[in-house]
Amino acid sequence: MAPTRREFLIIAGISAIGAACPPLSRIIAKETPSRGTHLPGAPGSAPALTAKRWAMVVDASKCSSDCKDCMTACHEAHNVPAIANPNHEVKWIWPERFENVFRAESHAHIQETVRKQIIPVLCNHCDNPPCVRVCPTGATFRRADGIVMMDSHRCIGCKICLAACPFGARSINFVNPRPFIRKLKADFPTRTKGVIEKCNFCEERLARGILPACVLACEEKALVFGDVEDPNSKVRQILDKKFSIRRRAELGTKPQVYYIL
Amino acid sequence: MLEKALTGSRRYGILVGILLALFGMGVYFYLRQLEYGLGLTGMSRDVSWGLYISQFTFLVGIAASAVMVVLPYYLHDYKAFGRITILGEFLAIAAVIMCVTFIFVNLGQPSRVLYVMFYPSLTSVLFWDMVVVSVYLVLNVITGWTVLSSVKEGVPPPAWVKPFIYLSIPWAISIHTVTAFIYAGMPGRSFWLTAIMAPRFLAAAFASGPALLILLCFVLRRFGGFDAGKKAIDALATIVTYAFLTTIFFVVVELWTVFYSQVPDDMEHYRFLFVGLDGYNTIAHGMTVAVIAAAAALVLLINPRTRKKDSLLAAACVLVFLSLWIEKGLGLMVTGFTPSPLGHLTRYTPTGPEAAIAIGIWAMGFLIITVLYKIFLSVREAAELD
Amino acid sequence: MKLYNRGIIIAGIVVFLAAVTFPFWYDRGKTIAPPAIELDTPAIQKLADKRCVEDTAFMRDNHMKLLASWRESVVRKNVHTYTSKDGRVFEMGLTGSCLKCHENKSRFCDRCHDYAGVKPNCWNCHINPEEVL
Repeated sequence: MAPTRREFLIIAGISAIGAACPPLSRIIAKETPSRGTHLPGAPGSAPALTAKRWAMVVDASKCSSDCKDCMTACHEAHNVPAIANPNHEVKWIWPERFENVFRAESHAHIQETVRKQIIPVLCNHCDNPPCVRVCPTGATFRRADGIVMMDSHRCIGCKICLAACPFGARSINFVNPRPFIRKLKADFPTRTKGVIEKCNFCEERLARGILPACVLACEEKALVFGDVEDPNSKVRQILDKKFSIRRRAELGTKPQVYYIL
Repeated sequence: MLEKALTGSRRYGILVGILLALFGMGVYFYLRQLEYGLGLTGMSRDVSWGLYISQFTFLVGIAASAVMVVLPYYLHDYKAFGRITILGEFLAIAAVIMCVTFIFVNLGQPSRVLYVMFYPSLTSVLFWDMVVVSVYLVLNVITGWTVLSSVKEGVPPPAWVKPFIYLSIPWAISIHTVTAFIYAGMPGRSFWLTAIMAPRFLAAAFASGPALLILLCFVLRRFGGFDAGKKAIDALATIVTYAFLTTIFFVVVELWTVFYSQVPDDMEHYRFLFVGLDGYNTIAHGMTVAVIAAAAALVLLINPRTRKKDSLLAAACVLVFLSLWIEKGLGLMVTGFTPSPLGHLTRYTPTGPEAAIAIGIWAMGFLIITVLYKIFLSVREAAELD
Repeated sequence: MKLYNRGIIIAGIVVFLAAVTFPFWYDRGKTIAPPAIELDTPAIQKLADKRCVEDTAFMRDNHMKLLASWRESVVRKNVHTYTSKDGRVFEMGLTGSCLKCHENKSRFCDRCHDYAGVKPNCWNCHINPEEVL
C-alpha cells in the first residue's frame, strides 16, 4: 500500500534527522589521547613549582594606599584589558576597602588604620568552590593542587559562576577585550568576547618554575605564596605566627587566600 | 494538521504578520549582540544576569502551570477541563521554547551551547535544568499533538499516550523546582538562599500561568468562536486565587524571617527590593506597582461576585500576571545581585537592544501560541462539522 | 500516494538541487593554485635539524587534533611537555612553541586555511607574534 502524504512526511523527517546525525563510530570513538608525558625540566625551562595545596597570604598592613604594583604586574602579565566602563571591567586582582572585603567584621569603631587600609582582593581558589559546582560544562574546575582553573576554550559564557562566586572574583568579557589591552604580551593568550576569566594563581608561571607575578612585583613582600600543606613553607611560617582571617569563611567555600591586617 | 495554520481570516494574518515583524526585530538586534558581545545589554560585572534570565525564570513557571489543567482532568477526571487541557499544553510548548531561547541569548559564547551536552557536569543545576526543560518540551509536544489528532479523528486518545501525560505532571513540578535550585543553592547570595524558593516559584507559577490561560480563553471566545465553558473558567479563577494567596503568604513568610531575625545582609536585599538603597530605587518603584496590582487583584479575586464577572476577572488576571512578572522577574533577579558581595551598588537598566531582543522572543512565543491555537480551533471546527 | 501540486513541488526540487550543487558547476573548469606555504623563516633556517614536532605528513593531516590534545593537556591536565614519536620532548604551546619557528602566521597558517576555507578561532585569544612586533 502506498504511504499517505502524512506517513511520507513523517518518514522523510525522521530520515533527515538520521542523516544529520554523526555516524555511531564517531560518537563512540574516543579522542586521540595525548602521547606526551610529564617530564619536569623540559628543554629551556626551570623545574615546575608544585604543591599539595597552593595558598596565598596577603599582609595588607604592608600595603600603601597609592601602590598598585601587584595589580599592574598581574594585569600586564595576563593581558587583562583596561576597560573604563565599570560595568564591563575585567579584574583579576584589585583594591578594596575593609568595609567591603570584610563586611560582617566591619563596625563603626574599627581602628582608623584598618578602615583606611587598601586590601588587594583576588580569586580565593576555594577548596570547596561553588563556581566549579555550578558550571554546566566543566569550563571551570579545581586542580589537584587547589588552583581553580578557567578553561576559556570550554566556557559558554552562561555567567552562572559570576552569580555563584561569593567574592565577586569573576569577570565576563562583555566586549572584545583586545582593543583595551595596553601592551599585548605574546606569551599569554588574551580572552575572547563572551568568556569568563579570573585570577589563575599564575599557573602558567608555576609550570615554568616562577612565582606569581603579583608576589614578585610587591616590594613590601606583602604577598606570600606557597604550599599551605607544607609546614615549612613561607605561607605556613606566617600563618603560624600571625593572626589571619579569610573572606566570608562562614560560607564554607574554604578560601585559600589568608589576610593579615 | 500543520497546514491549518497556513490559512485563516484576515485578522489572523495581520496578527501573524505583526508578531513576525516583532520577532524579526528581535533577530536583528540579536545579530548585533552576536557581533558586539553582551556589552550591548545593560548587564554588568556585578549584575551579571538581567532581563533575559528573569524572563526565563518567569516563563518556566508559565510552562509548568499547564499541570494545573492536566492534573485535574487526567487524575481527577474533572471534565470541565477536557476542552482546555490541549490549550494548557500548547501554552507550555510556547513557554518552554521561549525559556530555551532566553537562556540562549544570555550566552556569551552561543556557538558553544552544545558543550552542555558534550561535557555534562552532573553537579551543575543548569545542566539538569536543560535536561528537565527539554524533556518537558518533548512530553508536551507528544501529548498535546496526539490528543489533538484524536480530536480530529473523533476518537479517544490512544492508550500509549497516557503514561506520557501522567509523567508530565510530576515533570512540570520538577522543571520549576530545578529552576529554583539554580538560585537557592548559591552560598553567597542571601536573597536567593532560601528553602522556600521552589515552593514560592511553584505558587507564583500556578497563579500567573492559569491567569494567562484565562485571558487566552477570553481571546479565543471573542475572536475564535471557542468557548472554554463557564465551569472551566470558574475553576481556573479559583486556582489563580488560591495560588496567588499562597504566593503572597510565602513572600510574607520571607519578610517575617528576614526582618524579625534582623540579619543585616538579608535585610539589605529586601530593603533594596521594596524601598531602594542610596537612591537606587528603580526596582523598588516596580515593586510598588507590583504590590498595588497584587492588592487590587486580591480584592477582585477573593470576592466571588467580582471573580465570576468576566470583565473583572480579566482585569484581575492582568493584574496578577503583571504583579508576578515584576516580582518574579527583574525584582527577583536584580535584587539577588544588589548589593554585590562586596557591598557595591551597581545600577541595572535594560538597554534598548536588550529589550528589543526580549520583545522579539515574546513575539515568537505568542506566534507559536497563535499558530497552535489556530490549529486547535480549525481541528475542532472540522471535527464538529463531521 | 497522489502527488498534489505536482508542478510546484517538482519546480521546488529542481531549484533546490540547482542551489545545492551551485559551487560545483560554478567552479567547473577553474583552477585555483594551491597555497604556497613559506617554511623559510629565520628561526627555521637556524635549525640544524629541520624537523617539526612530528613528520610533515602527520602534521599536515593532524595538526588540529594535535593542537586540541595539547590544549587539553596544558589547560586541564597540567601536563606541559609533549614527547614526539621519535622521543624528542617539546613544550606544548601555540604561540609559545609552534609560532616560535613558524613566525609567519600570515604566510603559513593563513594561506592554507584561506585556501581550504576554514576559519580557526585560535587567534581570537592566542597571539600572532607578527602583530606584537
